[in-house]
Amino acid sequence: MGFARDAGWALAALAVFIGLEFIGLRSAGFVDFVIRFATFGLLALSLNLLIGTAGLVSFGHAAYFGMGAYAFGLLMQTGQWSIPAAILAALAATALLALVVGALCVRLSEIYFAFLTLAFQMLLYSVILSWISLTGGDQGLMGGIPKPVFLGIDLARQEHLAAFGIFCLLVSAVILRQVLRSPFGAALRMLRDNPDRAAFVGLSVFRYRLAAFVIAGTFAGLAGVLMSLYVSGAFPTFAFWTTSGEAIFMIMLGGVSVFLGPLVGTAIFLMLNDWITALTEHHGLFLGAILLVIVLGLRKGLLDVIVEHWRARKEKQP
Amino acid sequence: MELTELTECVTSLSCVVTQVAAGLTIGMLLFLVASGLTLIFGVLGLVNFAHGSFYMMGAYFALAAYGVTNSFAMAVLAGTLGAALLGLLFERFLLSRIYGQDVLMQLLVCYGIILILDDVVKIVWGADFRSMGVPDAFRQPPFLIGGGIIPYFYAILFGITALIAAGLAYGMGRTRFGRTVRAAAINPGMVGALGINTTIIYAAVFAIGAGLAGAAGALSAPIRSVVAGAGVSILIESFIVTVIGGMGSIGGALAASIILGLTRSFGSIGFPLFVEGAMFVIMALVLILRPSGLGGRRG
Repeated sequence: MGFARDAGWALAALAVFIGLEFIGLRSAGFVDFVIRFATFGLLALSLNLLIGTAGLVSFGHAAYFGMGAYAFGLLMQTGQWSIPAAILAALAATALLALVVGALCVRLSEIYFAFLTLAFQMLLYSVILSWISLTGGDQGLMGGIPKPVFLGIDLARQEHLAAFGIFCLLVSAVILRQVLRSPFGAALRMLRDNPDRAAFVGLSVFRYRLAAFVIAGTFAGLAGVLMSLYVSGAFPTFAFWTTSGEAIFMIMLGGVSVFLGPLVGTAIFLMLNDWITALTEHHGLFLGAILLVIVLGLRKGLLDVIVEHWRARKEKQP
Repeated sequence: MELTELTECVTSLSCVVTQVAAGLTIGMLLFLVASGLTLIFGVLGLVNFAHGSFYMMGAYFALAAYGVTNSFAMAVLAGTLGAALLGLLFERFLLSRIYGQDVLMQLLVCYGIILILDDVVKIVWGADFRSMGVPDAFRQPPFLIGGGIIPYFYAILFGITALIAAGLAYGMGRTRFGRTVRAAAINPGMVGALGINTTIIYAAVFAIGAGLAGAAGALSAPIRSVVAGAGVSILIESFIVTVIGGMGSIGGALAASIILGLTRSFGSIGFPLFVEGAMFVIMALVLILRPSGLGGRRG
């Protein structure tokens, strides 16, 4: 029921997008924006499973983004893998990393969790920097990534990549929404709101949180795959802490309480980012100032505020 | 892995002396940063993700003061006080607005201020690596103990950091202010009910914590390169210290800093590519075997 409706919406969105591309909205800027939107939207959406639903504030989510990108890039560079197979393998590698880090982190209190996920991300970052023979160090994965055609899809063409990115984003969104609707999702919300009570009624806090951590990490890995397809390589900054910070910023801009909030936040963030980059080289100064104004002024995301107003009005007029 | 070299080193007195001296100095500098982090956590109950930025600012303030006065003492003083003042402003105008809110808010505010400070530093001092160089007054022949070499400046650094650590221990343990701070960490409501202004206590503790980070940045300016964005790596290291030592425990932080300092100095001989990995392995072991840390209350 819910699934059919979500899938219908997703199909409609995909059809609209491909239609837009066909009728000529094929300007490089638009296609480029769509690819980045799909990539970072997926990253933010997956992170919100942890932050919004499970109440686990991870500051190291970009580790899985970087892992997906590097695993996929390295597999494709061997020349032996087809794109779908390499994507699946990269996701498996990312899930494994998330399982190991998650097993160490999800038991801990909120503050420890935020810091430890950050610390393990920086460990991955320094491994990428120092394992030069495999990863190319700070130069990144050079030499391009071959993109053999599969099922008539040629990802070397930007329009195809944009449609593929939107497809991945929509499929992931439908799956994540199913996860939220399932008893598992309800359990996660309960763990967020009252972990003691959840443990008391017999839920394994550890297992549920770990499962959420692995699911979120895997989808972040898919975002990493899209990123590595987009830039035809992989760079250490993918796994740097600023990427995690940006993902949290996107969620904050859109809102944590609405499912599609992170996607709205991603769109706002990307436009803001492009605008600031065009305006000044002191990127961090402006972004930081805007962030502080929003965090200290609104104290929640844009959609959170709108939804709250809407609900308040609805209650007034029964 | 160059384990034969490590064994050779451990079996020779001169090498052990050299490496232990270096390890202790690195460890003590790390302790200054980490003790600030753990102090702020213990009293204010928040993790200062921007702590590394105060370290960085301390180094830049020191660099500027050294350029003007050519005195290392003035440089360290400027680094410490500058970072403490910055910390005070940060706590009063930004952090104090989100007390009692969730970790996400703390994290975002700190993220914002890191972005801003990194860019401010680039605007004022440029994006290049800078170094102060060892001040002329400390260019003395090294101490030789058992054939091992202890650079003169390292000995000075160790002395200063040990003095600061002793001062911190005395201040927190023996003075009225220290007792009030410890009481505020356990039960701020009760301390407030007794007529003590906890707002001032919080601001003072944050300033002291930031000042300690600034002092460490200033002291290490002559031996490490100073660069925008340098705060994050020291932040991670001091967080590893806090996990190993236990959040909120200053004694634990001291032990953990020295363990990490020695791991760094001996590791650079035995497993140079795995030094950071080794620190994470130690942290993971502590988390699994003793999640509350060496001296912590609870995880």
